Amino acid sequence: MQNPNTLISSAIERRKRISYGFVLLAVGLFIYLLFGLNTQAGVSTTFGLNLAGSQALKVSDLVVPALPVVYAMALIVVFAGAYQLARGVRNTSWLIGILAFTFVVSFLMWAAQDKSFNLTGMLSSSLVRATPIALAALCGVISERSAVINIGIEGIMLMSAQAAVIAASLTGNLYIGLFAALFIGGLVAALHAYLVIRFKVDQVVSGVAINIFGTGVTSFISSRFLQSAGANLNNSGTFPIISIPVLSKIPVLGPVLFENNLVIYLTILLVIVMHIMLFYTPWGLRTRAVGEHPKAADTLGVNVYLTRYVNVILGGVIAGLGGAYFTIGSVGRFDEIMTSGKGFIGLAAMIFGNWNPIGAYTSSLIFGFADSLQVKLQILRVPIPSEFLLMAPYIVTMIILTGVVGRATPPAADGEAYEK
Amino acid sequence: MTNVLELRGITKRFPGVLANDKIDITLREGKILALLGENGAGKSTLMNILYGLYKPDEGNIFIRGKEVDIHGPNDAIAQGIGMVHQHFMLVPVMTVTENVMLGIEPTKNGIFLDKEKVAKSIREISDQYGLEVDPHAYIKDLPVGIQQRVEIIKVLYRHADILILDEPTAVLTPQEVEGLFKIIATLIKAGKSIIFITHKLKEVLAVADDITVLRLGQVVGSIDPKKATSEILATMMVGRDVNLVVQKQPAKPGAPVLVVENLYVRDERQHMTVQGVSFDVRKGEVLGVAGVQGNGQTELVYALTGLLPLETGTIRLLNEPIRHTTPRNILERGVAHIPEDRQRHGLILSFPIHDNMVLCTYYKPPFAKGISMQEKPIFSNAEELVSQYDVRTPSIYVNAGNLSGGNQQKVIVAREFSRPIEVLIASQPTRGLDVGSIEYIHSQIIKKRDEGTGVLLVSSELDEILALSDRIAVMYKGQIMAIVDAKKATKEQLGLLMAGVHPSDTSNKN
Amino acid sequence: MSNTTAPAPDAGKKEKKRSALAQELLVPVLAVVTGLIVGAIVIAVSGENPFVAYGALFAGSFGTPADFIEGFQIYFSTGETRELVKAIYPFTESLVTATPYIFAGLSVALGFRCGLFNIGAEGQFFIGALTSAFVGYSLKGLPMIVHLPLAILGGALGGALWGTIPGYLKARFGAHEVVNTIMMNWIAFKLSDWLLNGPMKASGFRPVTPNIEPSAELPRFFADPLRFNLGFFIALLVAYLVYWFLFKTTLGFEIRSVGANPDAAKYAGMNIVRNFVLVMFLAGGLAGLAGASQVLGVDHWVGQGFSAGYGFDAIALALLGKSHPLGVVLSALLFGFLRSGATDMQSMARIPIDIISIIQGMVIIFIAAPDIIRWLYRVRAVKKEETVLTRGWGK
Repeated sequence: MQNPNTLISSAIERRKRISYGFVLLAVGLFIYLLFGLNTQAGVSTTFGLNLAGSQALKVSDLVVPALPVVYAMALIVVFAGAYQLARGVRNTSWLIGILAFTFVVSFLMWAAQDKSFNLTGMLSSSLVRATPIALAALCGVISERSAVINIGIEGIMLMSAQAAVIAASLTGNLYIGLFAALFIGGLVAALHAYLVIRFKVDQVVSGVAINIFGTGVTSFISSRFLQSAGANLNNSGTFPIISIPVLSKIPVLGPVLFENNLVIYLTILLVIVMHIMLFYTPWGLRTRAVGEHPKAADTLGVNVYLTRYVNVILGGVIAGLGGAYFTIGSVGRFDEIMTSGKGFIGLAAMIFGNWNPIGAYTSSLIFGFADSLQVKLQILRVPIPSEFLLMAPYIVTMIILTGVVGRATPPAADGEAYEK
Repeated sequence: MTNVLELRGITKRFPGVLANDKIDITLREGKILALLGENGAGKSTLMNILYGLYKPDEGNIFIRGKEVDIHGPNDAIAQGIGMVHQHFMLVPVMTVTENVMLGIEPTKNGIFLDKEKVAKSIREISDQYGLEVDPHAYIKDLPVGIQQRVEIIKVLYRHADILILDEPTAVLTPQEVEGLFKIIATLIKAGKSIIFITHKLKEVLAVADDITVLRLGQVVGSIDPKKATSEILATMMVGRDVNLVVQKQPAKPGAPVLVVENLYVRDERQHMTVQGVSFDVRKGEVLGVAGVQGNGQTELVYALTGLLPLETGTIRLLNEPIRHTTPRNILERGVAHIPEDRQRHGLILSFPIHDNMVLCTYYKPPFAKGISMQEKPIFSNAEELVSQYDVRTPSIYVNAGNLSGGNQQKVIVAREFSRPIEVLIASQPTRGLDVGSIEYIHSQIIKKRDEGTGVLLVSSELDEILALSDRIAVMYKGQIMAIVDAKKATKEQLGLLMAGVHPSDTSNKN
Repeated sequence: MSNTTAPAPDAGKKEKKRSALAQELLVPVLAVVTGLIVGAIVIAVSGENPFVAYGALFAGSFGTPADFIEGFQIYFSTGETRELVKAIYPFTESLVTATPYIFAGLSVALGFRCGLFNIGAEGQFFIGALTSAFVGYSLKGLPMIVHLPLAILGGALGGALWGTIPGYLKARFGAHEVVNTIMMNWIAFKLSDWLLNGPMKASGFRPVTPNIEPSAELPRFFADPLRFNLGFFIALLVAYLVYWFLFKTTLGFEIRSVGANPDAAKYAGMNIVRNFVLVMFLAGGLAGLAGASQVLGVDHWVGQGFSAGYGFDAIALALLGKSHPLGVVLSALLFGFLRSGATDMQSMARIPIDIISIIQGMVIIFIAAPDIIRWLYRVRAVKKEETVLTRGWGK
């Protein structure tokens, strides 16, 4: 007798296999119709691999024939689709990877046909643009691992961005600006923690209040003090680029990874440190236990409230670093509502990254890529209105939240107040 | 012989309730003290005070004759007190080792968790007390019986010598209960002292050295188990003579009203928790579904009531198949459902009683005309049902959340029984209720049966199943092991089935 | 244990109800007062006199008695209305400002009642404004009796569509509506940038829509510059309809059940998915009406940054109004007066209008944490069932 259990799950797998297969085939056709038919034959696309002003050794640019590559991409997808229909693979994230890769490559071929496109520049700007999203995501990870949702990251980043620029402008010292940002981040997060832990305020409501308050107070200060003539409070300068010796000479990788400013290095360091802390130290074990089953942690003498305070405040400090990125880390001045939803996109990155620091960082890179692609495409004068390209990160966020691409599980007690 | 633990005059008040009223108890060294009392008698509150989770309003705690202050679990642990909670305090997504080390983590270089060291200690404890478990297994993959072992290991790892076991048998099969008693014996031999909390009389008589009975937050008295009988204990526990047997006439079963064939159901996490279940419920009989909690009973009920979709198989209600139907459709076809979790599914606690009474019928006349709701019939309906089903409440405008558990359950029963029904699905209908409410709910279920309703009773309390059922189906790992005649069934036979063993299998082996 | 509290005697019932209402109002009133005090501190810290600032705020929202007296005197002696108009202008402007707040507040309140947190009123408002403006200027030659309702409906439908998308995503995939409605806000802004610079751009230099036809304008009760119009009364009517819908119909019963306990609602045979979509459709529609009322009654065209802040204000006043339509109307009036007066405060006392957002943030916190207010003012707590507003990431 056949085991009925395997029989049934195979029926479901078959359904999934077929639907994935058809999606892949459709995308292959789509690539052919949209990009293949609209790309001129015999035209090449040039990918620049050198970044102006970089210390990296020069390499020759990559010149590829556009149309054949588009066709190749379409073929790869169709082949993958056919294979999936016929056989089926267990790990569908591979399929999604293939799908995204081929689509982006053929899109670039079409968009940059007969033109030059600086690949290294785009990768570098992806990393830069991913940074505030990643910091917001890491703030989310560390708070939510202890079961406190912080939806006020956007407001925290705004306030610390402004604090950084004012402190740095006043003192002329960027490190004091950085410290101010971290301090304000921690302070506002402490307020959030106090409200949701001590007063059991609904976590989302408190976060929204922080966002409204943050927008209000920064706009208030901005229009009252920063914009008035004569005041020199909104001109801080930015952290310089630090080239790491030797490593920055590596072509492509060098300019992307090893010629950045302090905030970006700190972010990468933070990802690694947080991963180790979360999974290999007592603090991490306690944090995860508090996020999953606070009562169990409590009965073993772990102080649930203290753990949550510490985590939420640390998260606020990280968001504060994210705020610093916006001003002293990139443009050197504060503009109203300059975070433009990055805090929320960070939350989506956190979810997509399955509440893991490394996962959150990886998905932030995808957002960063989408963001910088959009900028490059405007430069290339692609016949798509720039407003639609600007929508891309928001739409990607919504798609990710549907969970169609990999379903993530939040910590079991996420968002719940703990009552002794 | 010394007293390792004494509680003197412990009093604890919650808003509106006196949970513990000047309670004195004494635990002798190397002995088992059974703390007996029905739900709501104040046993768990008392133990949470001892473990530092609650602060007592009055009273003192003495350990080995010395008064101690216990402000939190850390203090309790430092005093050698360990507690195995009724609802396990384990993090499901972590390993046994991680769960055991939580709170007192040894480290390498002062930074990194030293899991190997803990795993080694766990193996030593396992060998010493016969508590076999894989230190690297994830809790969520372990059966309930093993999870309980992990809880005991957690306590022993912290070198506790006073163990509190809070309702430890609630989730076990009779055979697993035997196993637990053996472990308890080993622990006593190793010099530990144990407080055993339960509301089950037979277990008390089986293991206890001393018995203290609690009722309504007060100590009723202590008794030597050699002099005690079930009847004496029951009377002490409830405060009056208790009729332990449900009065009922033999069933007069008619045609099948609910027929289930080869049913498969996935739970919310997509695990196939019901695997090929078939049975029928006939008019005018009670089919009991016995089994240790978590063997697919919940999902079976959810599938029958439309709360979960069925994977394959058929359900026929009054000869009409149910597939891709909504909960409403099933309700309208004459199924009443007393849900397992009354506060999650059965009631809207922030709504007044009168709205809860029409929760399933609010859209029908006379309660609604078109889309406009009619207050008068809704109010009079509630008044009627409240008096008919003896719901103790100041008025029908009180929120359901302000009622006691027994009265909440009466609201659900009143609502469900007031509709015309053919089938009653009652899931854990008396869980957590006091004896008076239990007797009342039982008599109502039997009354419905005698009126010709087909009843499916799901319960993890074997006594309840035996008291009410005409036939008994035993579920194990999503399958029905056997359906037996209730008159001929014994507890031992059902216990083996609940553990997944066919009695015929064992007889073959013997 | 049985619950044996003695039944309350009927005679004391009314008394009890009155004190319950007082209790109900106590925290919101104190929250607003405390918010204003915090605002005063912020103003003082920023180097201005809070009394002067709030004086300007008050004059800007109600007008001043001196102006009223003078206006009436001149009107009765000469029949000249100019001074009178000047006197009542602040008050009517406050009502004009309150109108979209009533709609937007109802939108968020309706969501709360179903357990949904609609932060997207902002985007729905903008889209509703754009669609109603489109109906308003593109259809020509229609009589008002046809054109105006069409334009209003157009606004409602535009907003409803914008709300339904996150509603559907929540219902079908459990995707959290808070993040999704915020994303929809940003998409709405980008989309409007495109529309106002392209397909919907009026001839001329500025990125704005053409003026709507006079037949699509909400009729005004007075001559210019008074902009007080029919929209205010439509808002009151809609508030009543929402009240009736929520508390007197079976659909409202379902929505409140789903909001209070979705598991019990499902058990009782209610369709959660349908309710989520329905509520977000209606909530979006209400926010769309807010946009329509602003376009058709006040501005008559739409430009960039049109919706600035309405969505977030709406959250504050839905919380302040305890998600009850009457409460929403009262808080919308309050915010209307604050916002309208703040414009004067900005020009007269040089206090940026953003002070109102600061006050709002504080008010939300105080409403959500009544314990803080009770602690500040030493008010005793009343035991009450708390309503759950949000639930994690939509598990």
